[in-house]
Amino acid sequence: MQEKSTKEPLIKTVGLKKSFGELCVLDGVSVDIFEGEKVVVIGPSGSGKSTFLRCLNRLETPTDGAIYFEGNELTPTTDLEEYRKKMGMVFQHFNLFPHLTVLKNITLAAVEARLHEKKKKKLKISKRQIKAEEKARAMKLLTRIGLQDKADAYPSTLSGGQKQRIAIVRALAVGPKVMLFDEPTSALDPEMVGEVLSLMKELADEGMTMIVVTHEMRFAREVATRVLFMDAGKIVADGPPESIFGAPKDERLKSFLAKVL
Amino acid sequence: MMLTLLNAKTLAERFRSAFIVDERWLLYLNGLKNTLIIALLAVVIGILLGFLIAAVVYTKKKTGKLKILSFVCNIYVTIIRGTPVVLQLFIMYFIVLATMKNGILVGGITFGLNSAAYVSEIARAGLESIDEGQMEAGRSLGLSYSKTMLKIILPQALRNIIPALFNEFITLVKETSVAGYVGILELGKVPGLIQSRTFDYLFPLLIASVMYLVVVYLLTLVEKVIEKILAKSDRSAGNVKITGGRKKCKKKAQKSLS
Repeated sequence: MQEKSTKEPLIKTVGLKKSFGELCVLDGVSVDIFEGEKVVVIGPSGSGKSTFLRCLNRLETPTDGAIYFEGNELTPTTDLEEYRKKMGMVFQHFNLFPHLTVLKNITLAAVEARLHEKKKKKLKISKRQIKAEEKARAMKLLTRIGLQDKADAYPSTLSGGQKQRIAIVRALAVGPKVMLFDEPTSALDPEMVGEVLSLMKELADEGMTMIVVTHEMRFAREVATRVLFMDAGKIVADGPPESIFGAPKDERLKSFLAKVL
Repeated sequence: MMLTLLNAKTLAERFRSAFIVDERWLLYLNGLKNTLIIALLAVVIGILLGFLIAAVVYTKKKTGKLKILSFVCNIYVTIIRGTPVVLQLFIMYFIVLATMKNGILVGGITFGLNSAAYVSEIARAGLESIDEGQMEAGRSLGLSYSKTMLKIILPQALRNIIPALFNEFITLVKETSVAGYVGILELGKVPGLIQSRTFDYLFPLLIASVMYLVVVYLLTLVEKVIEKILAKSDRSAGNVKITGGRKKCKKKAQKSLS
């Protein structure tokens, strides 16, 4: 812990606010997230967890406040496309591209990114070679999750658990430094939750920095290095899982835990 | 009258004079050719311009950008859909493109500009039928807005609107017969020409009708093939397909939104 505080945070937010019209969803969220941390965000629905996550990769534009990534503040001139490549996002409803095969789902963004880079830097690599390399990488990722035989299948033929694992791999294929998970198991049948969580656990063990919004308290306990409890758009409690679950101090946290545990 | 109509010998004679005498079949073929050229030109313009308009209006709705352009597009669609295509043709033929010698080209452009307004509404309905999560997923992977539109949203929207789109094309093929009003020799004008010589409408009308029918039927075959190709990824039943005519499709699109 001592060592961490001397390092620069990977993500830093200062007074992050987001309102939709009159409704204030985020009410000043300031938090430092360091490399390698596995942060689990918990809280009642409507507390702003998802909005916080979506503000981080700018799917929502914050109304006020600042976000720093690797020490650089996000400004209106920041190249959001480049920024988002460093932040993988996994959605509750998978959002796989139904008109593309599993393999294409995974390679699309990575191939586009490299074609973009090739154009910008005038690299001498052929489009075909890029595609072949990305395909090989995608196959490796698919093999890792045991779905290599689904490479040419379309998403509609897969189970929910398979879809979400592929969505995770799709986000990984772009080479992110942080992975954001927005209730990744909430839309799954109970028997499929396990396979998704165990893949996430694997990622965590490999050292990936993760921010996970979830209702899976067991996952939070086992995997998280830090738990944020949000309520009414604010971070109410912030600490290691032992203290959040073991010795909750805040009244709202206590009543929330009493309901979900 | 009934007797002459059913008399096989006279019928054969009447067909002969309607189709074979003086190589009149060439007239039909020429008319058909011109109809197809006008329709093809119109379909191409209609698709390109229609999808462009749809993309602008959709982008304005989703991101708030392109306000002025979207306003212009809305006015365009309103005017085109609010006036008869015959008058649009007259305006183009006698005023706007009066210097253009090629009537077929004028016809193609006019019907293309007309069709674009209808295609744009169909395409907009298609774009709006795609779940917002698709755009978010694309953007979250670092794809730009336009790349996401092109690679993710548009292909899915296209699949959903194929029936409505072909409905528009079918209407368009038959609508080109309006071009006869300004003296363009298209298939719909041929029966009148032949009748003016043979004083017999029966077979000229039948023959021209059958030709339209065949063209439209071929179009529906093309539609089936395209649907089959696009459906290979489609095993889910939950996809919104927008079918029906110009009036119906808008209603259905609204339904799919709510």
